[in-house]
Amino acid sequence: MNEQVITTFTQLAYLIASVFFILGIKKLSSPKTARSGNFFAMLGMFVAIVTTLAHKEIVDFKLILAGITIGSAVGWFVGKKIEMTAMPQMVALFNGFGGLASMLVAMAEFYIHDPKSWTFDVSTTVILSLFVGGVTFTGSIVAFAKLQELIKSSPVVFKMQQVLNGILFAVFIVASGFYLYDTTSLVSLTVILFVGLLLGVLLVIPIGGADMPVVISLLNSYSGIAAATTGFILSNSVLIISGALVGASGIILTQIMCKAMNRSLVNVIFGAVGGEALASGGKKEKRTVTNYTEEDAASILDSAQSVIIVPGYGLAVAQAQHVLQEMGKMLIAKGVSVRYAIHPVAGRMPGHMNVLLAESNVPYDLLCDLDQINEDFQNTDVVLVIGANDVINPAARTQKDSPLFGMPILNVDKAKSAIIIKRSLSPGFAGVDNELFYDKKTMMIFKDAKEGVNKIITALKEL
Amino acid sequence: MDLITSVSIFVLSIFLGIELISKVPPLLHTPLMSGSNAISGITLVGSLIACGVAMETKDATLGAILGFLAVIFATINVVGGFVVTNRMLEMFKTKKK
Repeated sequence: MNEQVITTFTQLAYLIASVFFILGIKKLSSPKTARSGNFFAMLGMFVAIVTTLAHKEIVDFKLILAGITIGSAVGWFVGKKIEMTAMPQMVALFNGFGGLASMLVAMAEFYIHDPKSWTFDVSTTVILSLFVGGVTFTGSIVAFAKLQELIKSSPVVFKMQQVLNGILFAVFIVASGFYLYDTTSLVSLTVILFVGLLLGVLLVIPIGGADMPVVISLLNSYSGIAAATTGFILSNSVLIISGALVGASGIILTQIMCKAMNRSLVNVIFGAVGGEALASGGKKEKRTVTNYTEEDAASILDSAQSVIIVPGYGLAVAQAQHVLQEMGKMLIAKGVSVRYAIHPVAGRMPGHMNVLLAESNVPYDLLCDLDQINEDFQNTDVVLVIGANDVINPAARTQKDSPLFGMPILNVDKAKSAIIIKRSLSPGFAGVDNELFYDKKTMMIFKDAKEGVNKIITALKEL
Repeated sequence: MDLITSVSIFVLSIFLGIELISKVPPLLHTPLMSGSNAISGITLVGSLIACGVAMETKDATLGAILGFLAVIFATINVVGGFVVTNRMLEMFKTKKK
């Protein structure tokens, strides 16, 4: 076969791989087809890899096979062993690896080809791939360390931080200019690499633990863009297309998370709010709440016709999702209609709470997102809130001066009654008091989530 | 393929991605992230080319080492991402046993 034909076939195969990726994501639109979607994506990856290995310039496979074997073993092991609660860290770490790979490819290209012959296009893409890959790599590693609590998750802020970032960015632009002028300059390239790595760290350290869902989504987007820039260097369509798909996915999830937290992206990146207590809305009059017991809760739940459960991250921290599932099942067996209302930021990353509940065998058709269920609260007898606070705070609807104002919340206050299991009256991440706790129709139970639910189960059995 | 063709494909794919992903329900956002994470491991293709070509190039030992490392990290990204996504999607069941 002549070279032209081979090239055409290679391009066709890459196109097929891209189509498989597109179908894979399309099938994620329903939980019924999602698994086959994942297989389509795997198939796409397989086609892309095999096509690449058939590349005419690759003759010696020893090193490649060794790399694939090591990578597969590690990936397989981590993928099988990781706890579902640790999913955010894992996604952050893998994002970082993707960015690192893009960065390494750009560096390797410098040593493989003669940079003297590089056109403007090639040099530009090498710079981009190196820079975006570097930012993604260190940014993800910092996010991973924060989520894994290897370092403090609170924001690290220092004077002139923005100025420093600005200077570094200027250095990047200047070094890029120098590199485009002299494409053989290892010095300019090294400067670009280090600025990228440093910026990755500096951009993520000021972001607090509560804002991590936004950061993970954003880094997900970067890792896609890093892959696409590598595609620019190699003029490879499958890298560009799939990198763009991932980039878009990250952008959308970032938007959803920002909206759900009532923050703008600029505010998350430069605001450094997460974790710091806000002093607004601070009229602290002494108000009383009525303390109820688990037995009271059990008898109300037992006599209800409809119950909505609102889980927050406190549930996962207390590892109470399994007992909660058991309680839900008992109520369903008693003829009560039970559903779960999942706020977009209920977990530590987009959709996290759904995975945790699915793992505990809650059928997914009982898991409702905010738009699906919010109108139903007013017709619901009892809402059981566990480990959630800001996402049910009516101040988001009523108090114009509250930092929560405008945030989409679950309309727990519209239900006929509410049971809230919470350790104390302490405010949530936003540092705002919650009116709902003092409402007449609210029953507060001050307990750890797991202990509280366990006691409700015992009480339900005795009824 | 020149840079402008590449950029055109990139921009159009972003729009396609936005259309596709806005149809994914919040229920599946975590698997979407880990799955798309695995897909972004497509850099593996670039890593394979870099590693393979470096092996055939004179005086490119450093390039080969960098390519080799890239292959390892990209493969972890791909395999780990798909394995964990599959594990998660297996857990999503309806009431029927």
